[in-house]
Amino acid sequence: MTEKAKLALYWAASCGGCEIAVLGIDDKILKVDEAFEIVFWPCVMDGKVRDVENLADGEIDVCLFNGGIRTSEQEYMAKLLRKKSKVLVAFGSCAHEGCIPGLANLSNRKEIFQISYHDTPSTVNPEGIEPQTETETPNGTLHLPFFYDTLKTLDQTVPVDYYVPGCPPEADRIWDAISAILEQNLPAPGSVIGAKSTVCDTCPRTRSEKKIKKFYRTWEIIPDPDICLLEQGIICAGVATRAGCGALCPSVNSPCIGCYGPTDGVEDFGARLLSALASVIDSDDPEEIQRIIEDGMPDPAGTLYRFGLAGGLLRRNILQTNGQKKSQAMGSTVSEV
Amino acid sequence: MTDQTFEPKIIAFLCNWCSYRAADMAGTARIKYNPNIRTIRVMCSGRVDPIFVMKAFALGADGVMIAGCHPGECHYIEQNYKTMRRYELLKHTLRAFGIEDHRLRLQWASAAEGALLAKAIDEMTEQVRALGPLNWSQYWGSDEFDEATFEKIALEHAEALEVSA
Repeated sequence: MTEKAKLALYWAASCGGCEIAVLGIDDKILKVDEAFEIVFWPCVMDGKVRDVENLADGEIDVCLFNGGIRTSEQEYMAKLLRKKSKVLVAFGSCAHEGCIPGLANLSNRKEIFQISYHDTPSTVNPEGIEPQTETETPNGTLHLPFFYDTLKTLDQTVPVDYYVPGCPPEADRIWDAISAILEQNLPAPGSVIGAKSTVCDTCPRTRSEKKIKKFYRTWEIIPDPDICLLEQGIICAGVATRAGCGALCPSVNSPCIGCYGPTDGVEDFGARLLSALASVIDSDDPEEIQRIIEDGMPDPAGTLYRFGLAGGLLRRNILQTNGQKKSQAMGSTVSEV
Repeated sequence: MTDQTFEPKIIAFLCNWCSYRAADMAGTARIKYNPNIRTIRVMCSGRVDPIFVMKAFALGADGVMIAGCHPGECHYIEQNYKTMRRYELLKHTLRAFGIEDHRLRLQWASAAEGALLAKAIDEMTEQVRALGPLNWSQYWGSDEFDEATFEKIALEHAEALEVSA
């Protein structure tokens, strides 16, 4: 029997959904096992980082890496797996474009620690203990990874060969990607393994001219089941989002939130969605437009960049090293909060 | 960098039919204005994808001006109304990122309004100068460790495993 190709799977700043999604390919996982020797997959089998360090450079044939880069340990693992892998795949939305963990780029380490270790109602921490990168104990120094202010996507840390989008990727798309790898039928390096069109192209709803006077948030309206959700004023990200999910959300009366990332050739998901949403506002009066926008979209960064903030062109909000943010200043009246 | 020496970089998207001609007009009329704009001619202000604006800020622009025909006078009938709507939503979004309003400006200028465009450029330059440099990529953070640290971590792992339980 010829030697099997080596496969590794790793997770960094992610929820674990991508790992579960891999198992969502059901019995085809046995075909994966037939074709590959799994050398490293902390979620499902025991293993040590040292095992990976001991491999020769490029010895892993394919590494599916999910999760963004939030800590020094994750950065180390990304660099290590890049070195050891022939093909590194940014697997799932977090590795691809930052996803939900990337929304914390609207904050910073200090604020995140403040909320996580002090302010949450379920936290009891009278001594105000926070994680330290080094702790002296009688038996030696203990180390914890350093927590970065900014979450990075995988390709902002190391070069990436392919991307598999989705939060999480759909089982069928995962199988498509694995088949493409098995059959050596891969697109050009650097491309996304997925559909080229948008969710709208796969959405069963009837579309006509879009003109809206008000953006509704999902809890404010019961949508008509057959008409385009955006035409009804519901912020639906289908226009900017890559197809591949089968329009699952719009099919059950819920707007697309953009988990499959930007469609082909789009550099910045939020700006593309912004363009599409603004264009359908039915008003030529700047004041009315402002009102429609401010009433309908109280959190524009979270709405437009729910999955794509860290991977977007701006990546994060303004950051001041002392942990303070510039006030959301109008004009030149910039002041410290 | 002090405010005295800071020269803002402003990317100006000028529409072919009105605002670019206004800039031409300012030139032929020998109107002086601040040399802080880098002009990019587009066929219509409606062609200015918000991605262009985001990219300009991400790549180091201190301000972005979008200039087009007055509402109702668009060469492509109503595309500048789309610009107007996108501009409002862009401003709303940039605020959430902490980018000040004065760094993005929408300016209507017809082919005859060279003086108006020059005045707008001067005004915007001074506003952005007062805000200071944006230098957006400074907020991204760099890689925290280099090749040497990388090797050190691997070595530490090797040593840790040598200790018998």
